Amino acid sequence: MGVEKREIVIPGQFLDDIKRNKPGRGTFVENGKIYAEVLGVLNKNAGYINVVPLKGRYDPVENDLVIGVVLEAMSSSWLVDINAAYPAFLHVNEVPWDIEFGETEKYLNHGDTIMAKVLQVDMEKRVQLTLNDRNLYKIKGGHLIEVEPSRVPRVIGKKGSMISLLKKYTRCRIFVGQNGRIWVDGNDEGVEKVIYVIKMIEREALSYGLTNRVEVLLKKDAKDVR
Amino acid sequence: MTVTPLLKRDYLVKLARNGRRVDGRGFEEYRDIKVETNVVSKAEGSARVRIGNTQVLAGIKMDIGEPYPDSPDSGVMSTAAELIPLASPDFEAGPPDEESIELARVVDRGIRESELIELDKLCIEPGEKVWVIFIDIHILDHDGNLFDAASLASLAALMTTRVPAERFELGEDYPLPLKDPPISCTSVKYDKVVVMDPSLDEEDIAEARLTVATDKNGDIRAMQKGLNGSFTVDEIKKVIKASIDNGKKIREQLYKSVGK
Repeated sequence: MGVEKREIVIPGQFLDDIKRNKPGRGTFVENGKIYAEVLGVLNKNAGYINVVPLKGRYDPVENDLVIGVVLEAMSSSWLVDINAAYPAFLHVNEVPWDIEFGETEKYLNHGDTIMAKVLQVDMEKRVQLTLNDRNLYKIKGGHLIEVEPSRVPRVIGKKGSMISLLKKYTRCRIFVGQNGRIWVDGNDEGVEKVIYVIKMIEREALSYGLTNRVEVLLKKDAKDVR
Repeated sequence: MTVTPLLKRDYLVKLARNGRRVDGRGFEEYRDIKVETNVVSKAEGSARVRIGNTQVLAGIKMDIGEPYPDSPDSGVMSTAAELIPLASPDFEAGPPDEESIELARVVDRGIRESELIELDKLCIEPGEKVWVIFIDIHILDHDGNLFDAASLASLAALMTTRVPAERFELGEDYPLPLKDPPISCTSVKYDKVVVMDPSLDEEDIAEARLTVATDKNGDIRAMQKGLNGSFTVDEIKKVIKASIDNGKKIREQLYKSVGK
């Protein structure tokens, strides 16, 4: 990455020939040529051409950690909203508790929030979730923030640089789900600051040197407090 | 349909008990309001209003039609609101639903009952020909408090409307005859606190809602109570007072943005 600007492409825009590059996410191939499928930012990586959408729902990928909201408890499974195109399934076999048939409501009910892992995504984008892993549980307390799923990598930063910065200066516990939901817990001022900074990151995601600017901002605020 | 997580509700309630709101506003504080006028060239008058991230477009069209039999010498006004799916994942395409009808009715009532438009001056031939005003409200982005955004957009659009008399060979175009605008202010109540200008999250967890339209003199011109919850008498008195105070500020801004 240098000083060059991020290029925004529109759907149907010709990107490259299939002989030179491989078609990645957000693209389609017609007559041996690669075209953009969505409105987004052009990204060339390891021989692949990708278009990262500017806006849109979360596209589930296996092993992603996501934050879901329970829509409905059924007799042996739950329907969970993970901000994807369709609701995801969570079966009783995929939770760490022993549940009698028909007693699902006692454990998770409409409106509860969970940290879950995407277990499986099939061809039709039907999603199976699991809670059977480390650090996966029903969330209690704290606040949820929603950002565009395509902005999640920017909120996390390179090797987690942005998120550790936020944690350091605000003393909040933060968990970023790949589906654009962010869970924050801490004191009121801290959470307010996190919300402010994350909204700023979302707004200015396409510019360079964002991590440095965020650090300057957080440092300045930290001084004001003392 | 989107579900508000209980988590969010609990957090907003916890903040409210400490006297705070999630975006750092005071309980009676509005978000930034922006008013742009004359945004649609084909309309007789138009305005786009932003309250925070909520965005509403209003357009005025005028035509000549027959008056109602019970008021043969006054013009006709009709309001319609459209909630397009573009504005929110909760809006569906199709015929108007409860929400959009309520929105249109609240805006309509504020304007009608304040006698903002001098309808009797819009009569061309008593019982035969009068001016018909169509107020069309389009929601472009929904982030809470559509009522205030929609009524403010309608007011700004009406205040910049010119009656298209030339098109119907009735002389020169002239500005729509108007009196003083009523300003609507909406409050919602959740967990015993009452907040003004609710954001989308606050609207989602609200138990009761009250919209108050007040005029220049601080008189109440229209009111609409929504949702299942209830207000106490003291709360309503407080809401009315806050609506008058906020109404003053918004009215000044409205006059400024329409150039009067």
